[in-house]
Amino acid sequence: MNSNLKKELSITACKVRMGVIEGTHCAKSGHPGGSLSAADIMTYLYFSQMNVDPQNPNKPDRDRFVLSKGHVAPALYATLAHRGFFPVEELKTLRKIGSRLQGHPDMKKIPGVDMSSGSLGQGISAACGMAKAAKLTGADYRVYAMLGDGEIQEGQVWEAAMFASHYQLDNLCVLVDNNGLQIDGNIKDVMSPYPIDKKFEAFGFHVINIDGHDFDQIEAAYKEACTVKGKPTAIIAKTVKGKGVSFMENQASWHGTAPNDEQYEIAMKELGEQLAALEK
Amino acid sequence: MAEIKKVATRDSYGATLAELAAEIPNLVVLDADLAGATKTAKFKAACPERFIDCGIAEGNMMGVAAGLAAAGMIPFASSFAMFAAGRAFEQVRNSIGYPHLNVKIGATHAGISVGEDGATHQCCEDIALMRTIPGMVVINPADDVEARAAVRAAAQYVGPVYLRFGRMAVPVFNDPETYHFELGKGIVLREGKDVTVVATGLMVAEAIEAGKMLEEKGIDARIINIHTIKPLDEELICKAASETGKVITIEEHSVIGGLGDAVCAAVCENGIGCKVVKMGVHDEFGHSGPGGDLITEFGLRAANIVEEACKLLGK
Repeated sequence: MNSNLKKELSITACKVRMGVIEGTHCAKSGHPGGSLSAADIMTYLYFSQMNVDPQNPNKPDRDRFVLSKGHVAPALYATLAHRGFFPVEELKTLRKIGSRLQGHPDMKKIPGVDMSSGSLGQGISAACGMAKAAKLTGADYRVYAMLGDGEIQEGQVWEAAMFASHYQLDNLCVLVDNNGLQIDGNIKDVMSPYPIDKKFEAFGFHVINIDGHDFDQIEAAYKEACTVKGKPTAIIAKTVKGKGVSFMENQASWHGTAPNDEQYEIAMKELGEQLAALEK
Repeated sequence: MAEIKKVATRDSYGATLAELAAEIPNLVVLDADLAGATKTAKFKAACPERFIDCGIAEGNMMGVAAGLAAAGMIPFASSFAMFAAGRAFEQVRNSIGYPHLNVKIGATHAGISVGEDGATHQCCEDIALMRTIPGMVVINPADDVEARAAVRAAAQYVGPVYLRFGRMAVPVFNDPETYHFELGKGIVLREGKDVTVVATGLMVAEAIEAGKMLEEKGIDARIINIHTIKPLDEELICKAASETGKVITIEEHSVIGGLGDAVCAAVCENGIGCKVVKMGVHDEFGHSGPGGDLITEFGLRAANIVEEACKLLGK
């Protein structure tokens, strides 16, 4: 990746993280931990990889993104807002009565959301349906799905994985945000899904392991996925839950807790400093 | 008397999908390893490229159908009622119902007439489950003619539809030349002033027969076929309830949450003082046996309707 793009993406990802903190703080609820772990990948997808048009969010040939781990909606909303799908100011309405920004993504309300999601395990199936539709109609869009590492404990994920492989959906690329933590603690302790890469390989996927905070690796993985023929790709991204906010990093307790006023100030100060350093 | 033609509504489902293959280019059919039983194999034979077998994975099938619909296709997702409405309830609710996607759920083998497979496969709860999902249309056709028309109407309607079909061959009483299906509109099959029988699905044929038997007893029964349980034709039902003062509902489904409850709610909410007798499966599971024998055993025959009507009228 060229250094200008990397700098731009890093700056945007930092702003997305600030949007996550802003939204969850205003809502006094929500899921900051997994939103922060997913921020770099979502930023890359919407600002570098995907064919989308904020002025025409439903254009038929757009690439699709399905947030199967729908609880990290704050990251998706912040990404969409910064990409121009709706005003950034609206992030402050997260989870409030009358807001379009529901606790989990609602495709009927928010421009740019391709599938309603939130009940874990279901998004990947919808992504399979979209990819299959493209195969049936000869459309050349690609479908991206993001799953949580806890989410893959749901059996439906593996029903969908079988489907994707069986129908050779090489226009489907799923990403597992492997931040290692779920609500009740470490995924290894709650119900280990490891080895994640070997499981997807066994289900017939082309598998790529990356550091989910390294834009070079993120870009290389998604570019590689585009070249794979005859099978879907799974990118297993090692990430840090709460990434970018010191006191949230690697803490399961920040899965579904919003920052209070004091924590909000500290988090925004930290992210502000990161942003200033990046913009230098 | 000429032998009445009998057809299972699942056959009507498969046959109509096969016809629609050529008429609707973006119609796709999904099944979960039951194409031979749900009769979607007829579509598969007509249009293999738009038939998607999902294997024995109903939850994923509903999600895939949602994704196909989100991408502009018209998917018919098929399985037994037990697995389409039961096992996959939450996928239907969250992936199809909540985003109001244009998915049609073709659920065959509904009710106790499934027969020998027994209680695990005899779904008497699907109408109750599906009607609670906001925006879900629920259709339970009575015979071959109505089932064919219902499938076509569902394909034209934009939004989620649950279609309920039976396994057992049942009498074809509608005339294909004159029959007209209108979504959400009940059909008065016989006018009458003494009592109203509101029937749905396979029970409509029994209700028609009961109407004739009651006539012989000097009882003038109004017979109504409710093929669309949601949205319910409240106007027709309330008019009948207020004019006859007595209502019997009959369905091959639990009396909890099905047609009977929907009719009771409509009558009560419209302030009509009217006794309603709910016939159906009374809070119990079915069991193995020939489907027709089970219908008889569970008291869902014309003779049972006649008995209830006589009790209601004190005759």
